Amino acid sequence: MEYILIFITAIFVNNIVLSQFLGICPFLGVSKKVSTATGMGAAVTFVLVLATIVTYLIQHYVLNPNGLQYLQTIAFILVIAALVQMVEIILKKVSPSLYQALGVFLPLITTNCCILGVAILVIQKDYDLLQGIVYAASTALGFALAMVVFAGLREQLQFSKVPKVFDGMPIALITAGLLAMAFMGFSGVDGGLSRLFGL
Amino acid sequence: MVVVLTLITIVAGAALAAVNYATSAQIEKIKAENLAKGIKQVMGVDQSADFKYTTEEAGDYTLYQSDLGTAIQSTTNGFGGALKVLVGFDKEGTVLGYTILEHAETPGLGAKASEWFQKGQKGDITGKNPGQANFTVSKDGGDIDAITASTITSRAFLLAVQNAYDELKKQQGTDGTTAATEKGGTDNE
Amino acid sequence: MNNFKIILNGIIKENPTFVLLLGMCPTLGTTSSAINGMSMGLATMFVLILSNFIISCIKNLIPDMVRIPSYIVVIASLVTILQMVMQAYVPDIYATLGLFIPLIVVNCIILGRAEAFAAKNNPIASICDGIGIGIGFTLALTLLGAVREFLGTGAVFGFTLQGETYGMLLFVLAPGAFIALGYLIAIVNKLRKA
Repeated sequence: MEYILIFITAIFVNNIVLSQFLGICPFLGVSKKVSTATGMGAAVTFVLVLATIVTYLIQHYVLNPNGLQYLQTIAFILVIAALVQMVEIILKKVSPSLYQALGVFLPLITTNCCILGVAILVIQKDYDLLQGIVYAASTALGFALAMVVFAGLREQLQFSKVPKVFDGMPIALITAGLLAMAFMGFSGVDGGLSRLFGL
Repeated sequence: MVVVLTLITIVAGAALAAVNYATSAQIEKIKAENLAKGIKQVMGVDQSADFKYTTEEAGDYTLYQSDLGTAIQSTTNGFGGALKVLVGFDKEGTVLGYTILEHAETPGLGAKASEWFQKGQKGDITGKNPGQANFTVSKDGGDIDAITASTITSRAFLLAVQNAYDELKKQQGTDGTTAATEKGGTDNE
Repeated sequence: MNNFKIILNGIIKENPTFVLLLGMCPTLGTTSSAINGMSMGLATMFVLILSNFIISCIKNLIPDMVRIPSYIVVIASLVTILQMVMQAYVPDIYATLGLFIPLIVVNCIILGRAEAFAAKNNPIASICDGIGIGIGFTLALTLLGAVREFLGTGAVFGFTLQGETYGMLLFVLAPGAFIALGYLIAIVNKLRKA
């Protein structure tokens, strides 16, 4: 039950992009087409889950026992950067088709703040490994959902007449605002669920 | 290439260790000061007064025992995330005061909880005892007025206080029998 | 280009928020009030100036292959130092900005300026670039924070200008961040064309 709660909260209630403001750069940058948005969403899901597992192990088996918590930021970002490189190399060798689909997005992911953000949040929220994995996977799905829906809206937006000064980023931001407003409808659902489950 | 990267990492690591050494004492001091300030506030003690307390961890709760009673730190799920409250109880379990240590509530709505339930405000909980008064919002049949348009935050807050009270009674129950007799006494009043 | 021009360039012509559209996460995430936006801007500026300076100083020592990892190490160390100093001396602001402080590491403005400017220019010019871009970012965040705070609660920097009942809470919440920034960029576009 607890996992369902984490799942629903991370996807809908505290959507990583639309209410936590993490991963905005790819959200605005690669959302012009639904197909690229889907690719980015898949790549982020893959790396995010992997990065969460690795950083969790580093925090609990390397940093904490040695009292090196203050090295968290630097250790995490280096691990994430190395991990992304590794995923890229392995994918290229093992599954060229998957590499073709996700490859172009991988270099962009190192500086995607939702990876580092989620890795730190899992530690801050004091999740155990399984909870962390569920949280990371659901957050990534929430990211992918927001990306795809937003890309769908932007594809439609191309056909509408927009005042010149709003062309491009301004209208995209306002559209994102309306989407965020729609997601606000989910707020409070987590509280209701936790009462329902008796947590 | 490897040498340079190693060198940079070593220098960076050394710099961080030095800064950590220089600031950690101050960080600890600030944390301790803030905690002491919070405890004095919820126990209704003057900030300048010298106030002694002992710390006790009990599962999800932290209890700060003193001569006046107990301050308890308790966490629930609010509207936007974890809601961490510190509540001061006297020996009978009457609320002396509270402060919100951590919240992610909506600014201008749920975030008002830091004032709303204080002494003299609309949702005043001080001077009430969760063992006698019904610590739920009036919408749920309780005795406390919820923050306008923020029922979920109010419910979460009151649940945190109620949980803290239950924990207090549990601790008093295991520590000795005084709590039970005191509770009986208050019921007769 | 003299140093003063470099500073002005960062504030106006290459304003990181309104023109380059970089660093959107903290821009949207920390501007629920003017003071929060300003604190975030200053924290970023601190890291930016120092990272520009250090990277410009050591740029000739770093082989091209390990350039990006080295930059990331420098930036991450500076961010960690900032985290510790803020925790020690301004714990309230640190608590408000929360997660966005460690996330300065992945702010594309910092790595972007290291690549685009500090790696090609001398230390003094790099510091000026850091100051310019930093001020530009701080001003943008403060402005966005002030607009959101005013529309949302009727106050600016905590001073009430208008009764709270007129506040449109939406602007303090997540959707308001996107909408307010969208309108601000549109206004800047209009001004730049004029």
